[in-house]
Amino acid sequence: MRLSRSAKAILGVVTALVFLFIYTPLLLVVVNSFNADRTFGWPPRGLTLEWWGRALDSTGVREALVSSLWVAAVSTIISLVLGTLLALALLRYQFFGRDVISLLVILPIALPGIVTGIALNNMFTTILGVSLSLWTVVIAHATFCMVTVFNNVIARLRRMQGGLEEASADLGAGVFTTFRLVTFPQLRSALLAGGLLAFALSFDEIIVTTFTIGAGDTTLPIWILQNLFRPNQAPVVNVVAVVLIVVSIVPIWLAQRLSEDSVGIGAARVKAKEG
Amino acid sequence: MALQTQHPAPGASPAASTVPRPKANKVSALLHRSPRLRLAGLITAPAGWLVLVYIAALAALLITAFWTVDTFTGKVSTVWTTDNLVTVLTDPVYQRITLRTLWIAIAVTVIDLVLALPMAFFIAKVASVRWQKLLVVAVLMPLWASYLVKAYAWRNVLADGGLLEWLGAPIGLESPGYGETAVILTLSYIWLPFMILPIYAGFDRVPDSLLEASSDLGAKPLTTVRLVVFPLLVPSIIAGTIFTFSLSLGDYITAQIVGGTTQMLGTVVYANVGAANNLPFAAAVSLVPIAIITLYLFIVRRTGALNSL
Repeated sequence: MRLSRSAKAILGVVTALVFLFIYTPLLLVVVNSFNADRTFGWPPRGLTLEWWGRALDSTGVREALVSSLWVAAVSTIISLVLGTLLALALLRYQFFGRDVISLLVILPIALPGIVTGIALNNMFTTILGVSLSLWTVVIAHATFCMVTVFNNVIARLRRMQGGLEEASADLGAGVFTTFRLVTFPQLRSALLAGGLLAFALSFDEIIVTTFTIGAGDTTLPIWILQNLFRPNQAPVVNVVAVVLIVVSIVPIWLAQRLSEDSVGIGAARVKAKEG
Repeated sequence: MALQTQHPAPGASPAASTVPRPKANKVSALLHRSPRLRLAGLITAPAGWLVLVYIAALAALLITAFWTVDTFTGKVSTVWTTDNLVTVLTDPVYQRITLRTLWIAIAVTVIDLVLALPMAFFIAKVASVRWQKLLVVAVLMPLWASYLVKAYAWRNVLADGGLLEWLGAPIGLESPGYGETAVILTLSYIWLPFMILPIYAGFDRVPDSLLEASSDLGAKPLTTVRLVVFPLLVPSIIAGTIFTFSLSLGDYITAQIVGGTTQMLGTVVYANVGAANNLPFAAAVSLVPIAIITLYLFIVRRTGALNSL
């Protein structure tokens, strides 16, 4: 198929316009966090750092940030452990129910977030009678973050050769020593990439969080949702939104540098569960 | 595997000083001898977590949909009933909400398809290799920005006196304001990368030589697209629609942020978990999107699209 020059040009223009469509709203949030006008009239009449100052001073924002970081860190640690164990088990062993489990690990990201959210909410409050807290959020987040670690580790294990581990065993290293000195060093960057993805995923998750968080707790996304409709908080919401963009994109960017197969289309599927 | 864990004699080899000698560790030795024990050690925690936390929760959800709420105590009582499901399916209010949610999901899917096709084609087949890499990253990056922030960004764009009004003023267009149109626009925006990526991957898999052969045999570009490219692309397109369709179907945050009074199925679920405190009914409502998605997956399964997810 030979496209004429004008057909190529038209396609190029369409692509450029779609990119404009993709990036403009995000840039608008960044600009509006400096917009002196409280109602974000466009074009901005003046720029100010006042909202950034107010966000830094706000105890609500600070507490929410600490909660978000804590939730993301703990869920990342849990998913690192569980995801690695699962990847090792599924790739190295054949056993009954192996296919079922490999389907199970994807289920939390295959079903819409609202289903995961209400299922866990129902489980905690109705069935178990546990009161919701940041811990219930951690349990929910770890359940769907596990798959990012799992994907990264299993992709790395596929490329690794088992020979080194056998050699290590032959040379007298025990099971744990082999893992510590032979397997783990080879997995390190995959774990870092998977961990960063899990962290980013948990840090800005909103749907499952609204269903599993306790009444008195806030994470940053929850704080945004609570303050969105309060006119005098709106400028500060913009600042928090910019923080969310930066804190979720930087780890992804790092993860992409660390591991080529981590941020591709497969990982997009993980992100898809947010909805 | 037949080898037993043996302690190397101290100083037996020059490397012995650098490789730590295993302690007399019974657990390690036991694990070394039994692959089955090793497997059990690996699988118990993650599989247990998935089954106890997630599968149990899904099963409980299904059961709860058939329970009721005690009107006096506000607590869930385990009296079996199909009332919840019957209400969801027959009450005109919920029928309208289901249809509206379906309409929004279909509109979003069509809009994303129309935007993604030319763009994915350009990236895969027209752009130079260097640009191609750059453009793919440019599609991926905003995908990772928070979903909430993206919906919020559109609240900014659509606001009174906001960017869209300013852009539209010279050509006499007004911002649609917050409502159903805003929900469709915003959801199309949020899920667009999920449509672009599989279609891009699909175009990328179509070999250039095939397109050249078609052209050498006298087909015009549009004929080539219709008869050669499109049939090869169907699984990728369906993969993309699965994302946009099912993600839109379960949404409620966007409806809350830019939807004004627009209600979607997700809105009903959320309202019944929170304010209305009727978990069984919320569970029954949530079965609707699950059923629709399952049906959709079942229909498209035969096209092989599920393998390109």
